[in-house]
Amino acid sequence: MLAYRKPLLFAGMAFLLILVGMFQSWSLSLTIINLCIISAVMALGLNMQWGYAGLFNAGVMGFAALGGVAAVIVSMPPVQATWQAGGFGVLAAFVCLLGTIAAVLVARRMIRSNAVTRNIATAVIIVVGVIVTRGIFTPAAEAIEGIEPAKTGYLGGLGLPILLSWIVGGALAGGAAWIVGKVALGLRSDYLAIATLGISEIVIAILKNEDWLTRGVKNVNGLPRPVPYEVELQQAPWVLDLVDKYGLSAIELSSIIVKLCYAGLFLSVLLILLFLAERALHSPWGRMMRAIRDNETAANAMGKDVTGRHLEVFILGSIVIGIAGAMLTTLDGQFTPTSYQPLRFTFLIWVMVIVGGAGNNFGSIMGGFVVWFTWVQAEPVGGWLIETLTVFMAADDPLRLHLIDGAAYMRPITMGIVLLLVLRFAPRGLIPEESWRR
Amino acid sequence: MEGVLNALVLFSNFVIIPGIAYGSQLALGALGVTIIYGILRFSNFAHGEVMSFGAMSAILVMWLFQANDISIAPLPTVLLALPFGILATIAMLLIVDRSVFRYYRQKRSAPVILLIASAGVMFVLNGVIRFIIGPDDQRVSDGARFIVKVREFKEATGLSEGLAIKTSQGISVVAAMICVTMLFWFLGRTRAGKSMRAYSDNEDLALLSGVNPDRVVLYAWILAGTLAAVAGALYGLDKSYKPFTFLQLLLPIFASAIVGGIGSPIGATVGGFVIAFSEVTVTYAYKRFLGYLVPESWAPEGLAQFLSTDYKFAVSFMILVIVLVVRPTGIFSGKSL
Repeated sequence: MLAYRKPLLFAGMAFLLILVGMFQSWSLSLTIINLCIISAVMALGLNMQWGYAGLFNAGVMGFAALGGVAAVIVSMPPVQATWQAGGFGVLAAFVCLLGTIAAVLVARRMIRSNAVTRNIATAVIIVVGVIVTRGIFTPAAEAIEGIEPAKTGYLGGLGLPILLSWIVGGALAGGAAWIVGKVALGLRSDYLAIATLGISEIVIAILKNEDWLTRGVKNVNGLPRPVPYEVELQQAPWVLDLVDKYGLSAIELSSIIVKLCYAGLFLSVLLILLFLAERALHSPWGRMMRAIRDNETAANAMGKDVTGRHLEVFILGSIVIGIAGAMLTTLDGQFTPTSYQPLRFTFLIWVMVIVGGAGNNFGSIMGGFVVWFTWVQAEPVGGWLIETLTVFMAADDPLRLHLIDGAAYMRPITMGIVLLLVLRFAPRGLIPEESWRR
Repeated sequence: MEGVLNALVLFSNFVIIPGIAYGSQLALGALGVTIIYGILRFSNFAHGEVMSFGAMSAILVMWLFQANDISIAPLPTVLLALPFGILATIAMLLIVDRSVFRYYRQKRSAPVILLIASAGVMFVLNGVIRFIIGPDDQRVSDGARFIVKVREFKEATGLSEGLAIKTSQGISVVAAMICVTMLFWFLGRTRAGKSMRAYSDNEDLALLSGVNPDRVVLYAWILAGTLAAVAGALYGLDKSYKPFTFLQLLLPIFASAIVGGIGSPIGATVGGFVIAFSEVTVTYAYKRFLGYLVPESWAPEGLAQFLSTDYKFAVSFMILVIVLVVRPTGIFSGKSL
């Protein structure tokens, strides 16, 4: 039975999505599929951290947001006026910051004899460096934000193809993971959870407030697309041919074609990552990871560098999450810092990994599909359930109205209960981790 | 001389007094986290939402009192409702422990599994709270707003800066002092408290000495629930109650517990104040303060603020990072109650 489980589950999921296509609309079904694939990539990344190595990352949101900001920085055209106004200042401030870090490193290496002197020197360098950096940076940022704040007021990006941002997003997330990992790995496992929670909150705070970089809460709209626009498609002769052939409206058909293009792009990323992840998991490296996860002390005694390997897998997982974040922003076509909510971006991904089966890559992908599907459908179903259950009350009963208003919160409740139930009654998930012991 | 006095008044008004009040609230929150950590040995991610739940139950009872014109003016009505909030929180925690955490405890699961379970509990509580009270802002404070008013202070001293102490700030400090004193008395002097410390210190030895583990866990949840409800209600009283803030409070609370040494009650108390004061001093704009102290020509042009208030989480995080790098066990080398 277990051997058939994987194909059966995937077939069942496909069947559900086809049902949505038939009874709701194909366009909606494709929207769900696209987000399912992105969720699956994120879950794949988290599975590397939790499933392979047992590391608790409570900051998935932050890494995904770093991927999102990469999409803005890479793809938006540069804004010439703001570069002239403050571009030099921002760059100078950045150099200043790097200089401060370098000075700290040099000072700490030079002063070896006395710990007190060394710490005082470090503190002085940091304070001076921060004051100088801010002195250069603040006027530059204000100048940038002052230029047409309603339209631009930010530096813009590099004007490169947006697909490149998927790589850059991964790199940014990996860099942040390196910093967090360096600090928190090797200590108690809870500390990593708290440190990642912290870094994700800070990343979001920066994205919301540094208007010169991301326009903050004013959002960046109209990111360039890697696929054609609907309006162009509606003019194309081959689309018009298809319209005649299938009797669909041109608008609906063009939107389906666009979504199919996205789905193709996302699916190829997913398949490449899945291939790499499977190869890694079945390699000696993957075996070592599992050995470390299952018994750190024994692995350490066998000469494995536990902290080093943890850092490695933590960075790799974060890179995958960053790629998924960039993909999501690409699909949305806009960057909205306020949309990053921990429940949606951190804990939902956790539910995906746990439900799907920690340690199994196919399980995470399955989890991504199932959980995203449930998440999308939980609100209408919850609303319907409450309306049905309260049907005996008067239509304007305040309690009934309150309950109907609260239906939106069925989502976190459902997800929490699903997480707790799976963790308790099926801790190995839908597709359990394979056992190599035969 | 008057300039210095004015600067001092200004500083206490915007840094010292809010810092003490916020520190008391953080300390109470961190004590709850630390007690659960000491006894059940996991970081309870749901603690922020537990605080929120406590505050919410107190507010619901408060509305009942207000509707029936029961009040203890000049003190805010929510204080009268707080005992009910505490009871509701404890009841909720015991149900959660029974249905979720007990299973993993008996199975002796890894702490990180309990941590994930607590994240699940957080999810559910988060939804339940919004389901019951809605996501909006609720005003909690009624009764007298101030203990010391700006105008009265100015008239009494003749200074150009006034000092204001909000009732909520006074209550926060007094309540935190009462709670912390009672907690330390309980842990240090009573049989139950001593059994908790023994259990936290060395589980096997405590079990051999006849300490009943179920009892100890029960005490731990009761203490954590009480502290969380008080902390949540005080925070709500001081800043108005918003369900979403409690998720963000999680970081400073954990930072407080870790800075002091997780598992150590003294550490949590001290850590709460360390985090609160760092946050307030770093995000305070020193422009006016410096204006009183230095000649006019030296006065800074900008706000003279190290970090904008939007980045106050970054302060807790930086302190957390420093502690993890320099002294991972925290100031008071925690790990036992």
